[in-house]
Order: sequence, then structure tokens, then C-alpha cells
Amino acid sequence: MLNIGKRLATMVAGAGLVACAAAPALAQKGLDEPFQGAFKKALAGKTVGYLPVAMNFDLTEGWYAGVKKELEPYGMKVVVRDPNWSTSAGAQALTTLISEKPAAIIVHNPDVQTYARLMQRAEKQGIFIIQVNMGSVYRSAAFVGANWIEIGERDTEAVVKACQGKSNKIAIVQGALSAAASAYTLKGVENVLAKHPEIKVVSSQAADWDAAKAKAITQTVLKQHPDLCGIVGFWDGMDIGTAAAVKEAGLTGKVFVATSGGGERKGACELVKSGAFDLNVSYDVPTQAADMAAMIKWLLSSGAKAGEVKGSIYTTLIPITNENASSDTACWNLSDLKK
Amino acid sequence: MTLKRIGQQEIVLGIFVVLFVAFALFLPGFATTANMLTLLQNVAVLGILGLAMALVVIGRGIDISLIAALAVPPGLVLQMVQDGHSLPVSIAAALALALVFGLLNGWLIAYAEVPSLFTTLATGLFLAGLGQAALFKLDVVQWSEGMSGFERLGQGSLLGIPTPIIAFALVCVVVALLLRQTRIGAYIYAIGDNPFGARVTGIPSRPIIVLQYVLAALIGCFAGLVLASSVNSMPTRIFNSTMIYDVILVVVLGGIGLSGGRGGVFNVIIGTLLIGTMLNGMTIMDVSYSGQNLIKGVILLIAVIIDSFLNPRNEETAQQGDI
Repeated sequence: MLNIGKRLATMVAGAGLVACAAAPALAQKGLDEPFQGAFKKALAGKTVGYLPVAMNFDLTEGWYAGVKKELEPYGMKVVVRDPNWSTSAGAQALTTLISEKPAAIIVHNPDVQTYARLMQRAEKQGIFIIQVNMGSVYRSAAFVGANWIEIGERDTEAVVKACQGKSNKIAIVQGALSAAASAYTLKGVENVLAKHPEIKVVSSQAADWDAAKAKAITQTVLKQHPDLCGIVGFWDGMDIGTAAAVKEAGLTGKVFVATSGGGERKGACELVKSGAFDLNVSYDVPTQAADMAAMIKWLLSSGAKAGEVKGSIYTTLIPITNENASSDTACWNLSDLKK
Repeated sequence: MTLKRIGQQEIVLGIFVVLFVAFALFLPGFATTANMLTLLQNVAVLGILGLAMALVVIGRGIDISLIAALAVPPGLVLQMVQDGHSLPVSIAAALALALVFGLLNGWLIAYAEVPSLFTTLATGLFLAGLGQAALFKLDVVQWSEGMSGFERLGQGSLLGIPTPIIAFALVCVVVALLLRQTRIGAYIYAIGDNPFGARVTGIPSRPIIVLQYVLAALIGCFAGLVLASSVNSMPTRIFNSTMIYDVILVVVLGGIGLSGGRGGVFNVIIGTLLIGTMLNGMTIMDVSYSGQNLIKGVILLIAVIIDSFLNPRNEETAQQGDI
């Protein structure tokens, strides 16, 4: 054993000597990395289409800024088509985008059906489709986004926990009934409630993603059930209204408000810090943007054909509570992402 | 009272009373003071908008751009304060914007003689687009530090009464005084009843029409400030919602004919109360969303059908501008 050890030591020392002698020679010549040239060539001059449901809100602005920041340095162009909440305008925009033959299109679906066939057509023509946050029935090259069911489960679990030893009465403030994100989240809520028969849902209403409606519903519910112990909301932009109703009733801290969103500082961390929300499950938008950009880089440089590969990147969720709301990393600023 | 004198107003009042009594008797937790205040508070913004719309509709016009006036100038206040301007300066800028907007509407309708429906449809889109493209960074304009204190307009209370209700009452009194006690009010009714007759008799109808749209825009802006301060943000996307139909509904349901010249503040109050009672009762019962729409539709249909039975339309009663 000892012998082998000694011999090994000698060999290592010898190898070290050889390396020392060889190093200066390498430094003088430089070594070509054979893959980066092909990578740059695969990306340069290519166009990526971006079709959100609408611009001008934290999620879609954040994705756009993040993807641009990642891809533009490689000579890629990101073009936006803004259908401004109109599904038919979106379908038209997607059709024209396909005829312009970009390398890839990022699609934010308004529902699970409308764009499905168009996306299939695009991939047949060799355009990679990246779906973000809202998937459709057609599975394309990549889906990058939140797992809504998990969001519903985590929000509800937190509310159930907060209700222990209290009235066990909770309320649910849903989004718009037509939105799949709302329906998926509700499924998550149901999954948890099935395990907790002691919890009583005193109200489960749709507020159409509208803060004023959410406030009106919550106010009425709180008047009927002042001993309510928690509320599961489906989007922080709407639940500003839910929280305002709780605050007006003087129940901040007594009624646990759980919601979810994209984690933009003013809409998420600031509101958790102020006590409006007790939990805001964030599907961190900059991470999603980076994931999308990474997918595009990989797909374009891999030589894979559209329609051949299909996969998903579900976003790792960040629960924002009073503990991390003050940290610099839990939330993001749109202005920083745009720099 | 003979059957003939029962109009839309009485029918809706009747439905409201029946609904209210039924809820009070059979729905525990409905007829409490706290719930009544919530009910009123939840429809206060709708009621204020209804008053603005009533002012215009009585003068035989319509203002589809009201939601833009609700969303954009108050949104500007929040955005400017967020950008570091002082609150008074921001409010002044918003009022100026609403004023200019009302003047533009009024000028196009009274002087350029473009029909009010098309004018306000276009100007509303314009103002909302301007807000989205040039004024706001994001759809939802968030509350910021500089606004602190101002939220009392939407969240505070005075002698136990939530401030939105007081705001609604205040606008009710102002509009009622304007319509019933001033010469301008009388002119608005005259123009609504018979615009050509009004002009022939020497009423300055064009300036009065401009005034109507200016007042509507300013009241809309005020409603927006109440809304924003009550939810601590201005969701400017509200322009894309169906809220304008609710506003027209309140006005028409209350018995202010779209053909102009009839009705007043009381009609708006009845319409608002009926909508508020329905919404509140159904929320307490936890009726599903589609169920709520169904019930709302049925009750509105009943009101309209009873009206057309009791007050059949014929060549004599039908007026130009009837929708």
C-alpha cells in the first residue's frame, strides 16, 4: 500500500512538471473553442416573435425586457405583437407572425384552445413555439411557466395552517371563470380542501381579475362572517381589493390573505411588507424570462427541428412572506430589468 | 293611481322593495346596519357614474367615454405622485385633463354636430389609448407613499358612514340642485325634450351641451378618485370592462328614457339600489357567477317587459333617438 502511495506521488509530481513546461506554450497560442462560433452563427440575425395577451402589465413587460436583454447581444431581434386583451386580434397577430417566419415565437395563451391549431401549424413550418405561463392543449417545443395547481395548493395549505384553532371558515376569490389559470388554481385549492374536511368554504366567487369587485365581495363576506380566518385569492393585482376590504374591516393580521403573482416589487413585496398580504406565491418573472431565452438559445443551436422535441420548465415558486419581503432578491423591479 | 301612471320608475321601485323585503325576511345577515352600509358602499362608484350619465342622457345624449374619464385622469394622479410630483399638482393636472376632455366631447357634439354615441366612443378610445401609450408605465397604477392620507376618500368613514357613500350623496345633492333649482337644469330638460324647439325659443343650447359633457367628465374623474382610493390602486384596464353597460343600465333601469327630457336623480338612486341589493344578496347566498348573470338578466327583462306592457310605444310616444 505504502509503495503504491509513493509511486502515485511521484507520478503526480511528474505530471505537474510537464504541465508547467507546457503552459507557457499554450498561453502564447490560444485555444479555439470549437462550438461557440457555430452557436453565434445559429443565433445571429434571427427573429423571435413575442405575443402576450397584452403589454403594459408587470408580467408581460418583465418577460419582454428579460428576453430582450438575453438575446439582443447575440444579434437577435425580438418583435412584439400586442393584441391588447383581444383573443381574435391575438389569433390574427399569430397568423401574420407565422407568415413572417421568425425562428421562434413566444406565445402567452389567453385560453387553452384558441391558438392551439395555429401553433401546431407554426411548428410544422419549422418555427419553435415557446408557451409561457398559460399552456394550451397543444404541447409545443417548450412550456415555461407556473404550475397553477401547485400555486392553489400552496396558498390553501398556508390558509389552512393559519386557520388552526380558529373558526375554520375561509373564502375564495377566483379570477375570471373563462381563464384556465383560474380553473387550474381552483383545482389546487380543491386538492387541499379534500384533505381537510374541517375547513368550511363560506364563499367562492369569481371577481373577474377586478380589484373593485374583489373588494365588494370580500366586504360583504366579512360582514356575514367576521370570524373568517383566511382568504385564498388568485392574483395579487386583484387581491389589492381583497386586502383593502380586510383592512377596512380592521381585520388585518386576523384574516390570513394568500395570493399569487409575478413578484414585481410594488405589487408583491411592498404589499406583503405593509401587511396587506400574508403570503404571495411568486412565479419570479425574471427567472421565467431567462428560462425562455435559454430554451431559445438551446433550440436554435441544437439543430433540432420544430415539432420533434417537446418539454416543460415549470417555474420554481418563491413564497413571499414577511420574512423575505424586505430582501433584495425576493422581488424584482421592472425598471432594473429594462436597463 | 291609475295603471297608466305607473312608469319604469315605479316598476323598478316595486321590484326593489319586493326583493329587499324578501332578502330581509329570508336571508339572515342581510338586514343589518353593517350590511346596508356595505351594500351602499359597493355601488357608490356606480351610482356616481350613473349621475354623470343621467346629466347627459336627460339632455338627449349619451357618454360612452365615461369609463375613460374614470380611469385615466385619476390614474394620472397616482402615476405623477409615484414619479415624485406633489399631490395637489397631480390632482390639478388630472382635473385639467378631465376638463379638456369634457370640452373636446362637448365641442364635437354641440358645434361639429357629430352624434354623441360616435363622438364619445372615439374620444373614450383616444383617452384610454393616450393613457396606455403615454401616461402610464403599467396597466395597474399602484399607490405610493406620497398619496398617504388621500385613501380616506375611499376607505375612511365619517360618523360611521363610509366615505364613498358620502361622496355619492354629495354628488346626488349637487346634481339634483343643478337639475331642479337652476336655469341651466331647466335648459337641459328643454334641450332633451325637444332640441329644435329649445333652440328656437332662444335657449343657448350649444354651450349647455358643452357644459353637460364637461360636468360628466369631471364627475367621472371624481368617481375614479373614489375608486382608486378605495382599492389603493388604479386598474386602468377597467376601460376594457363592461362597466359602461352597468352605468347605462342603472340610468335606464331607474326610468330615465334614452330619448331624453325625463327623469332625475331619484331614478338613478333607485336603479343603483336595485343593482346593489341584487349583488349583495347574491354574494351572501354565494350564488355562482353564471347563476348571478342569469338572475340579473331575468330581473332586468321583467322590468323592461312590464314597462312595455304598461307604456306601449307608438308613433306618438316614440321619439327620434330612441334606442
